[in-house]
Amino acid sequence: MKLLEYASKEIFDSFGIPTQKGFIASSVDEVERVIDKLEYPVVIKAQVPVGGRGKAGGVKLANTREEALEKAKEILSLNIKGIPVKKVLIAKAEEIEKEYYVGITLDRRYSKPVFITSKEGGVDIEEIARTKPEALIKRYISEPLRPFESRELAFQVFDDPTLALQASDIFMKLSKVYFTFDCQLAEINPLALTPSKELKALDAKIIVDDNALYRQGEVENLRSKEYENPEEEEAKEFGLSFVKLNGNIGCMVNGAGLAMATMDVIKFWGGEPANFLDVGGSSNPEKVKKGMEIILRDRNVKSIFINIFGGITRCDDIAKGLIEAFGSMNINVPVIVRLTGTNEDIAREMLERSGLPIKTAKTMSEGARLAVSPTQEHFHP
Amino acid sequence: MAILLTSENKVLVQGITGRDGSFHTKLMLDYGTKILAGVTPGKGGQKVHGVPVYNTVKEAVKEHGVDTSIIFVPARFAADAIMEAADSGIKLIVVITEGIPVKDVIEAKEFAESKGARIIGPNCPGIITPGQSKVGILPAHIFKPGKIGVVSRSGTLTYEIVSHLTNNGFGQSTAIGIGGDPVIGTKFVDVLRMFKEDPDTEGVVLIGEIGGTDEQDAAEYISKEFNKPVVAFIAGRTAPKEKRMGHAGAIIMGSEGTYDEKRKKFEEVGVRVADLPEDIPKILKEILK
Repeated sequence: MKLLEYASKEIFDSFGIPTQKGFIASSVDEVERVIDKLEYPVVIKAQVPVGGRGKAGGVKLANTREEALEKAKEILSLNIKGIPVKKVLIAKAEEIEKEYYVGITLDRRYSKPVFITSKEGGVDIEEIARTKPEALIKRYISEPLRPFESRELAFQVFDDPTLALQASDIFMKLSKVYFTFDCQLAEINPLALTPSKELKALDAKIIVDDNALYRQGEVENLRSKEYENPEEEEAKEFGLSFVKLNGNIGCMVNGAGLAMATMDVIKFWGGEPANFLDVGGSSNPEKVKKGMEIILRDRNVKSIFINIFGGITRCDDIAKGLIEAFGSMNINVPVIVRLTGTNEDIAREMLERSGLPIKTAKTMSEGARLAVSPTQEHFHP
Repeated sequence: MAILLTSENKVLVQGITGRDGSFHTKLMLDYGTKILAGVTPGKGGQKVHGVPVYNTVKEAVKEHGVDTSIIFVPARFAADAIMEAADSGIKLIVVITEGIPVKDVIEAKEFAESKGARIIGPNCPGIITPGQSKVGILPAHIFKPGKIGVVSRSGTLTYEIVSHLTNNGFGQSTAIGIGGDPVIGTKFVDVLRMFKEDPDTEGVVLIGEIGGTDEQDAAEYISKEFNKPVVAFIAGRTAPKEKRMGHAGAIIMGSEGTYDEKRKKFEEVGVRVADLPEDIPKILKEILK
């Protein structure tokens, strides 16, 4: 789960990391309510769960009350990478002497978290990583940094000993955040040096491991519900993994790999998937029913392809859910089913006995082609 | 000979009394897997499909000399179960459980490695050596003994591809699902090393996915050391680019783990990448002469 900048800053702040604080507002009215509490100039920053907001016009400076209101209004009406801005952070703009980078993430290649810091922070850090990898200082860690480890890192980045000690304290606290909150990413970029020789987190990013949310209750209160797709969340509650796409072929598949491959094959045969839907392992009939309900809410859907290769998933569970779905909702698009694997014979018999208008396919490609054809212009049923 | 699993492995099922554990114990027994014991803490003394249940792994090891474990324990207890198995001297631990926090997997992996145990998974379908033994949830009837090694990050996509292999006369030496999580116990390269030494394996089908660098590492290894033909499939060609945030991932990987990047890397080292699962047997026919 991605936390927005302001939420990440709340966590950093509670761990004693100096951060640029401010006020959060979801509407122009709310902006007006906080605006007189600010010192000018201010910076207004879109709070969106995607990167690249600066380049999209989502970060602006303002010198007066009027200007701040106007810019906040502008940003709140922006769309950044397809996501409408729902919140802004307004804070006192800091003067910056220099920008540093500090972040911790999982290095999948070595199956270990890695701490990274650099003298050259800011928006071009990825470019620096490519062209000047020696500018990055790295250390693999299995637990929060010890004070001496933190100092070793900080003195490689900061020449001024006072700053190095300040940074060392921030590094240690950041690593504590990373491990305390089951993070996949804890990042400060930039860590800015102000003219008063203070280091401050001007931006903050935290991503929490979804598998660990059950033991991260605190984080739950910081999630940004306004950016969640209600259908994706509804699906999640039923143990389904759903992502809405722009095509017209509804898909229901078990397993993420097969679900991706099903989308690839649909595209290969000239179709466009309307969604990604993984019903997961050990699926029960309820999940299938819910999946059909969510798929059918999309008016663009012209056909549905259910592709199941049973392992831990039992084909009879899928068939039962499908039969119940037909019983409880109005399904007026072609449904193509491919069921193979555990209990496939029972499932096939159940579907045959039901007499429902379900087309069966023997292979994924056959199923995909049957699902693609009703979406083609020349198709006449 | 096969790799990792033969009819000789003596198998323990951890979480044997749960719905999935019990169901798949039955299927594995039917396949001929030598399942000698199960463990569910608090349920020692029961039997599941005739298999005796113990409270601890150490008891099961003491009574039956089990050397391989399959774990169906729920996610929040799974890392502990892995460590219990490793601490009890089990050398091969297959973890079916999905949804284990990454931090726990890292801890369990480091613990298991310190005890000389190998983890397969988590979030994987397990291992099968057709005609000999199955330690996993893979649907047995699609497999057939043969000369093709299969290694995959996916579960159900593996079944899809294996059924194409079997239907076209390509049996399998051993098929392994290594799991799709960010941290896994055994990677492509580890399995390729074993296939290299296995005289029963003549060619390998590698099934990858977008994300991470394991396919790129596999390509690198193949170009340097691997001496058998490999066909690859990569899922996720049309997946929408993940909405990303933060730079650290890209900084570390130096890559975004895209389809194009993986495919290019394979093709550079002479590994054919199939467009469709059903193309794999055709390619195998061409390269296996």
